[in-house]
Amino acid sequence: MLGIEDPQVWGAYLLCIASAMFCVVYGLLNWNKGDETVHAEDKKWVESE
Amino acid sequence: MHNIFLLTIIVVVYLFMIGYLGYYGYSKTKNALDYLVAGRNIHPVVMALSYGATFISTSAIVGFGGVAAMFGMGLLWLTVLNIVVGIIIAFIFFGKRTRKMGHNLEAHTFPELLGKRYQSKFIQGFAGIVIFIFMPLYASAVLIGAARFLEATFPGMLNFNVALLVYVLIILAYVFAGGIKGVMYTDALQGSIMFVGMIILLVMTYINLGGVVQAHQALGAIADKVPAKLAQMGHQGWTRMPVFGSPSWWTLVSTIVMGVGVGVLTQPQLAVRFMMVKSDKEINRGVMIGGIFILMMTGVAFVVGALANVYFVNNLAFGKIAMEVAGGNVDKIIPLYINSAMPVWFVYVFMLTLLSAAMSTSSSQFHSMGTSIGRDVFEQVLMKGKSGFSTIVVTRVGILIGVLITVALGYKMPASVIAVATAIFFGLCASTFLPAYAGGLFWKGMTRAGATASMIAGSSVTILLFLFVHKKESESVGLCQFLFQKPVLFPMPWPVVDPILIALPISMITAIVVSLSTKKFNKDHLEHCFKYIGVTKS
Repeated sequence: MLGIEDPQVWGAYLLCIASAMFCVVYGLLNWNKGDETVHAEDKKWVESE
Repeated sequence: MHNIFLLTIIVVVYLFMIGYLGYYGYSKTKNALDYLVAGRNIHPVVMALSYGATFISTSAIVGFGGVAAMFGMGLLWLTVLNIVVGIIIAFIFFGKRTRKMGHNLEAHTFPELLGKRYQSKFIQGFAGIVIFIFMPLYASAVLIGAARFLEATFPGMLNFNVALLVYVLIILAYVFAGGIKGVMYTDALQGSIMFVGMIILLVMTYINLGGVVQAHQALGAIADKVPAKLAQMGHQGWTRMPVFGSPSWWTLVSTIVMGVGVGVLTQPQLAVRFMMVKSDKEINRGVMIGGIFILMMTGVAFVVGALANVYFVNNLAFGKIAMEVAGGNVDKIIPLYINSAMPVWFVYVFMLTLLSAAMSTSSSQFHSMGTSIGRDVFEQVLMKGKSGFSTIVVTRVGILIGVLITVALGYKMPASVIAVATAIFFGLCASTFLPAYAGGLFWKGMTRAGATASMIAGSSVTILLFLFVHKKESESVGLCQFLFQKPVLFPMPWPVVDPILIALPISMITAIVVSLSTKKFNKDHLEHCFKYIGVTKS
């Protein structure tokens, strides 16, 4: 596969690409998902500073 | 011979861009929240590029690229782990919880997150001290690498001492003034330069060697060139894994793949990045950029490092494998390959790539050291939050102290210790922090005593293993030889089994056993910590 005989090595080569592709697909599928946390307490800290 | 005048102009333009972004970070820093966690409102692209550029230092490209020239493409398992652990697990599983818990508890540093989760000033102080004592080792290793690189790039213009000082002063200027915003905006530019540089390197290497499959076949065909000494240790060629259980296999799998791959989860300068975005949306977007970025960094470095052997063997001017061409010094392989196999214009591009990799890692290290000693140890633990000085002032003094120690180490640290400094810091962070960090995020039953015991057990076992069992570090420190008249205490394979494989399980078991037998936190505290966690609104 890909000119590499050892399946442990071409496996790693393909797995690198597959895991990066997973990141791309995950990012695109969840592009606008995710809740927002209000962190008003930080404002008190900024004021005290 | 390179055109030093043109090279100088390129570097000056680059430094002006860095200076502008550092000033931009300074102008956007209005208060301590901005200085420590970028106002918890940083752009996802900036966050992901900054995370990646901080994660990948010059040693990941040059050092580990050289290691790939020695071990071969089996090192790509480290890239798999870098992406799976360093991006997928770190962002999706740890990152989102770290962000929410960090916001719930108003934590501004990694030690502060642990300290507030366990309601323990001891834990915050202990974590701050571990970071402050051991991060300068890692930081000075990056610093020395950068200074040597600058000295080699500008022969006759910069000697090592001047290069080290100039490098530190430039980074210190924008970290000191702009805080984490200065760090992250410059990181984003540096990460972009690294990304472009590595893509060009990969494409040109494959083109020069006749294509992807042809290049790999050519690498497989020179397996008979493996030196006898390496073959005895289990090396079977650059497109094959070493013999299972051989010393080469243990070194590759335990130290390089596991040691470096798992250690990334608990790097304080990386974990704190998740507390700098305002919602999970930014983290989701960061996953996409982070995954591609890491693939293009370590993936390319390891493939090109291994393929450098084909170039050197088939080139009549060399006719030897990369290790032999570099005189046995793995750190010289990638620079030698770039200088001899690539056109001059790319040598300049790659020089900026390496400079960016070093600066982006150093800047975050300086900031982390400052927050650890300034905010965590001095302001929060010693002065109990009432130092009389603002957090920005305290952190800036901390940054100065951290940088001074790093520079002193840079001038005085023995060469043998430089080589193991990064591995020591990564291994120590994983064994000391991972059970307390993961337990704090995922297990409500984790107790203060469990976290404290695991941190003490993890750090002390790791240090003992580095001093007396793991050959690479124990030989370079020399304490075992001094006390017991032998370099390591135990026979094979223990001298080549990375301490993380022993210390991390001990640290985890300690955390679980002690937590199951000690007093749990009250319900109110846990509800406060875990507010919004496990709740996803699309």
